[in-house]
Amino acid sequence: MARALINVPAKAKRGEVIAIKTLVSHVMESGFRHTNLGAVIPRDIIDTFVCTYNGEEIFRAQLAPAIAANPFIAFHTVATDSGKLEFKWTGDNGFTATEIATITVE
Amino acid sequence: MTLVRLASAFALLSLTTAELAHAEIPLAERRSGYADMAPETKAMQDDDAANPGMLAVLDGEALWNAKAGTAAKSCADCHGDARSAMKGVAARYPAFEPAQNRPINLDQRINLCRTERQQAPAFPYESRNMLALSAYVGRQSRGEKIAPPDDARLRPHLDAGRERYNVRIGQLNLACNHCHDDNWGKKLAGNVIPQAHPNGYPLYRLEWQSLGSLQRRLRNCMIGMRAEPYAYGALEYVELELYLMWRARGMTIETPAVRP
Repeated sequence: MARALINVPAKAKRGEVIAIKTLVSHVMESGFRHTNLGAVIPRDIIDTFVCTYNGEEIFRAQLAPAIAANPFIAFHTVATDSGKLEFKWTGDNGFTATEIATITVE
Repeated sequence: MTLVRLASAFALLSLTTAELAHAEIPLAERRSGYADMAPETKAMQDDDAANPGMLAVLDGEALWNAKAGTAAKSCADCHGDARSAMKGVAARYPAFEPAQNRPINLDQRINLCRTERQQAPAFPYESRNMLALSAYVGRQSRGEKIAPPDDARLRPHLDAGRERYNVRIGQLNLACNHCHDDNWGKKLAGNVIPQAHPNGYPLYRLEWQSLGSLQRRLRNCMIGMRAEPYAYGALEYVELELYLMWRARGMTIETPAVRP
């Protein structure tokens, strides 16, 4: 099961720039490695990360095979309204992980 | 000619004496591998939302509360809340196990609970579940001081571990002390040689891109010295762990640490 750690401030002032940090557990197998017997280890990566803020997309990232295991993605946004931030990672072999964080804007 | 031979014999003799009288690092000069890390790596370890070891701790928490085996018991059923019950436990392992008449490390303790109390299959060494549960238990000792048990039955094993630490092995003919006591702080290739304190295991190593146990790290060093590593769980490793914990007594546990 995929695990994710999200760090979003619980409270913020309206118009404040807030930092959002996300960490998700994933092997990020590049597809370029071989086993001892020479067989290719098939690619298994997260390819897309999307963050929506009250339904509106505010951040999107495309991930590539060179990115290390357990991708850590941090970014900033402006706190506009109280509500929900939804994080979604999708990738190879039907991988999906979703996390939700709530924020109170005063 | 005789004089030269005599001088070289003296040189050889003094070298041997120096090796025998090998000095351990004074207690006050000991430092965690954390001290030698880049600011970015330190920040990663310090922030629980950025430390990838915490992902395993979360998995471990789920395992702690999950019923397992034919006894259908969870760790929590016997031990209760890990935050209080497991506080300080990782700081005093390896410990002596009377039933096996040998010291065992924390992973082996967890597996004993699994096979005897839960009647469940043991976790393989370095498996995801093994590391997760041991990271979760280890996490409860974060901030505690390493306190090896004062147990007379451990004494011969501690001495064996110390001896193994100081004995040359492998094709490169090196002992642990040559790097970690005599040359810590200097560079080996591009990396700072640490003092080799086991105060953050299991830890997340960026090079591994995963969590790993102290035995995996020891294996790493042995391969580097071109020595044949022991099998996971071997008494030799546990004795070495015992000595390393004694050597790091009083230092602070950082589990799950991050290392380059």
